[in-house]
Amino acid sequence: MTMRKRTKWGALAAVGVLVIAFGWLIYGGLDSNVVYFLTPKELLAKGVEGYDKPVRLGGQVKPGSVVWDEKALDLRFSVTDGTGEIAVHSRGAPPQMFKDGQGVVVEGRYGRDGVFMSTSLMVKHSNEYKAPTKGERPTEMYKSLMKSPGT
Amino acid sequence: MTRLLASNAIVVAAAVTALGAVFGPVAIRRGRREWLMYLYAAVYTNFVLVSLSTLALVYGLVSHDFSISYVAQVGSRATPTFYTIISLWGALEGSIVFWAWVLGMYAAAVVWFNRTREGNLVPYAATTLLAVALFFHILLLGPANPFQAVFPVPFDGPGPNPLLQNHILMAVHPPLLYLGYVGLTVPFAFAVGAMLSGEVADDAWIRLTRRWTITAWGFLTAAIIAGMWWSYEVLGWGGYWAWDPVENASFIPWLTCTAYLHSVMVQERRGMLKLWNLNLMVGTFVLTILGTFLTRSGIISSVHAFTQGTIGYFFLGFIAIVLLATLVLVAGNSDKLGSEGRLDAPLSRETAFLLNNLFFTVFMFTVLIGTLFPLVAEAVRGVKVSVGTPFFNRMSIPMMVTLLFLMGVGPALPWRKAAGPELQRRLLPGVVVGVVLAVAALIAGARNAYAVLAFLFAGFALGVNVEEFVRGTIARVKAHGEAWPTALSRLVSGNRRRYGGYVAHIGVVMVALGVTASVTFKAEQEATLKPGESLTVAGHTVRFKGAWGREEQQRQVIGATMEVMAGDRVTGIIEPRMNYYPTSSSPVPTPQVRSMLTGDLYLNLMAFRPDGSTITVKAIWEPLVPWIWMGGLVLCIGAIIGVLPQRQRLAEAQSASGAPSALAEGQP
Repeated sequence: MTMRKRTKWGALAAVGVLVIAFGWLIYGGLDSNVVYFLTPKELLAKGVEGYDKPVRLGGQVKPGSVVWDEKALDLRFSVTDGTGEIAVHSRGAPPQMFKDGQGVVVEGRYGRDGVFMSTSLMVKHSNEYKAPTKGERPTEMYKSLMKSPGT
Repeated sequence: MTRLLASNAIVVAAAVTALGAVFGPVAIRRGRREWLMYLYAAVYTNFVLVSLSTLALVYGLVSHDFSISYVAQVGSRATPTFYTIISLWGALEGSIVFWAWVLGMYAAAVVWFNRTREGNLVPYAATTLLAVALFFHILLLGPANPFQAVFPVPFDGPGPNPLLQNHILMAVHPPLLYLGYVGLTVPFAFAVGAMLSGEVADDAWIRLTRRWTITAWGFLTAAIIAGMWWSYEVLGWGGYWAWDPVENASFIPWLTCTAYLHSVMVQERRGMLKLWNLNLMVGTFVLTILGTFLTRSGIISSVHAFTQGTIGYFFLGFIAIVLLATLVLVAGNSDKLGSEGRLDAPLSRETAFLLNNLFFTVFMFTVLIGTLFPLVAEAVRGVKVSVGTPFFNRMSIPMMVTLLFLMGVGPALPWRKAAGPELQRRLLPGVVVGVVLAVAALIAGARNAYAVLAFLFAGFALGVNVEEFVRGTIARVKAHGEAWPTALSRLVSGNRRRYGGYVAHIGVVMVALGVTASVTFKAEQEATLKPGESLTVAGHTVRFKGAWGREEQQRQVIGATMEVMAGDRVTGIIEPRMNYYPTSSSPVPTPQVRSMLTGDLYLNLMAFRPDGSTITVKAIWEPLVPWIWMGGLVLCIGAIIGVLPQRQRLAEAQSASGAPSALAEGQP
C-alpha cells in the first residue's frame, strides 16, 4: 500500500515538473516571438525599445515616397499614419494593388539606422469586398492586354 | 415559397429535437423501452427536416431566388452553377445549415445501426445527439438565420467571396472538414451516453463508435491536407501551412483525436486509461466547437470569418454548458473508472502509447495557447499582437520529430514487455532506412539538426512499419503456403485496424518527408522579365513568352505564358494568372504548379506593366511537396482499411485468448 502511495506521489511530482517545464518553455517562446501590431506613431514612441523587435507596422503608403527598382527588385517607401512616418525597405515585387495612399501592413524589424526592414508586405483589404469603381476594371485598365489573344 | 419551406422545416426540426431531448431521459428513467422508438423517430425526423431545408436552400441558390437573405448575400447570376452550389458553405449561415445536415445524417445513421441494442447507452447517446442538433437549430433560428425575407427583392447579388470561388478545392475542403468535425460528435455522444447510463466501466461506447471515430478522423485528416493544398494553390505565397488560427483550429482537435485513437487500444487491451480516454473524447468535441467558434464568430479576421455578430456568445455559452455537464458526469462516474491493469515494464507498447499521448497532448496545448494568446492579450492588456510562426516552429518541431521516432518504435514493441533480441531484429530495417535517408540529406546539404533528425526518424518509422507487413506476409506464406498477394491481403484483412494504422503511419512518413524536404531545400527566385528573357531556380529554367488577358463568365484574367526549358527545348508551359472578380478591386493571385515526383515548380505572377511589356514573376522550387498530398491520400487509405468490416474473426479470437501463433504475436 505504501509502495502504491509512493508511486502515486512520484507520478504527481513528475507531472508537476513537466507542467512547470512546459509552462516555462511556452512563456519563453511567447515572450520572444510575439509580434506587435503598431502604427508608425506608436513604434516611434517606443524609442530605443522599438529597435530590432518583430513588428507588424500598419499605415498608408506615403504618396510620392515609392521608389521601385524593377530590375533589382528593390522597393523603398514610407509608411505614415498622419502623424508619424517610417521609411521602409523591402525586397521583391509589391502586390499588384500597392500604390500611393494604399493601406499596408509591413512585417519586419525597425533597424537602428532608422529604416524598417520588411520581410513581408501585405496590402490591407477592408473586410467588405469593395467593387471596383469605373475605370478600375481590368478591361479598362489593361485594354491592350485584354485584346491580345490568349495562348 | 422556397424560403418558407426551408425556414419552417428548421422551426419544426428545432421543436422535434427539443421534444426528443426531453422525452428521451423520461422514457429511459421510467424503463419504458417501447417508448424508445419515438426517441429514435425524432432523430430520423430531424434528419428528414434538415435535409429538406438544405435542399431548399440549394434550390434557392441555383434558381437565384434573391428573396432569401442567404442567396442575396452570396449568390450572383454570373457565378457558374458549380460555384453557386458550393457557396452553400461559402458564408456563415449556409455553413451552419450544412453542419446541421451533416450532424442529422450522422445521428440518424448511428442510431439506425445501433437501434436494437439493449441497455441505456444508445438511448442516452441519441438524446445527446439531439441536444447538440438543437444547439445548431437555435443558431439557425437566431444569429445565423439564412432564411430571412429580403424586400425589395434584388435582381442580382454580389456572388461568393472571390477567394472562395477561385479553386476547385473549395468543393472538397469544407465538406471534408464538416464530415470530420461533426463526425466527432458521435463518439462524444456515446461517451456521454456511457456516463449517463453507468455503462462506463466496460468498453461498449468505444467499441460501438470505433469505426465512426476512425471515419471522422479520416475525414478530418483529409480536410486538413486539402486545406493545405488549397492554401498552396490559391494564396500564391508558395507555402501550405502558416500556423494561421484557422489552420490551428482544425489541427487542435486532430491532435487529441489522434491521441485517442492510440490510447483506446491501451484501454481495450489492458483495461487502463479509462478516465483519460473519456476526457480525451470530451475534450476533442469541445475543441471542435471551439474551432468553429474561432473560425465562425469573426473574432479572427480571415477568409473563414464571415461576420461580426452575436454568434460568438452562443458558441461560448454552449462550450460552457458542455464543459460543466461533462465535468459533473465524469466526477459522478470516477469510481467506475479505475485501472484494471498496470504498467509491467518501461520498454513496452503501453509505454510507447503513453509517451505518444503525452506528446500529442502537450502539442495540442502548445498550439491552443499560441492560438488563443492574441485574443487574451487584446482582451486583458488591450494590445494587438500576433503569435508568429517562429513560436510555433520552435515549440512544435522537437515534438514532431519525437512523435516520428515514437511512430517507428511503437509498432516494434510488444505489449507488456519487450525481449531484447526480438526487438533488435524488428528495429534493424528501420535503423538502416533512417541512416540512409539522414546521410542522403546531409549530402544534399541539410545542416539543420532537426531536419537531419526528421529524415532519420522518418526513415526509421518507414522501415519499421513496412517491416511489419513483410514479416506478417512471410509468416503467412510459410505457415499456409499462400501466394504473396493473397498472404498480404489476408494479413491486412485479418486485423484491419492494426494494418490500417501502419498504412496511415506510412502516409505520415510521406507527409513528414515532403514537409521536411520543402522546408530544408526550398529555393526561390524573383525577377522582372521582358518577353524572351528567362529565370532559373534550382536548375529549372522558365522563359517568359508573353502576357495576355481574357474575359471569362464571372471574371477577367490576366496571365503570363512561361515556357519550361530543357536546354533550348520547350518541355512545357506554365501560366500563372491574376483573376479579377467584379466584386473586388484587388486581383486573386492564381499561381500555377508543374508537379514532378521530385518536387513542384511553382510560378506566381507578382506584377505586370499595364501594357504587358514586362512582368514580375516569382519562381519557387518546392522539393517533395507532391509527397504531402500523396501522403494525405495514403493516410485516408489507412483510415478506410481501418473502417472496413473485419473479414477474418479468427485472428482476433486468437489474440484475445493469447494463443501463441505467428499471426497473433504483438497484435494491438
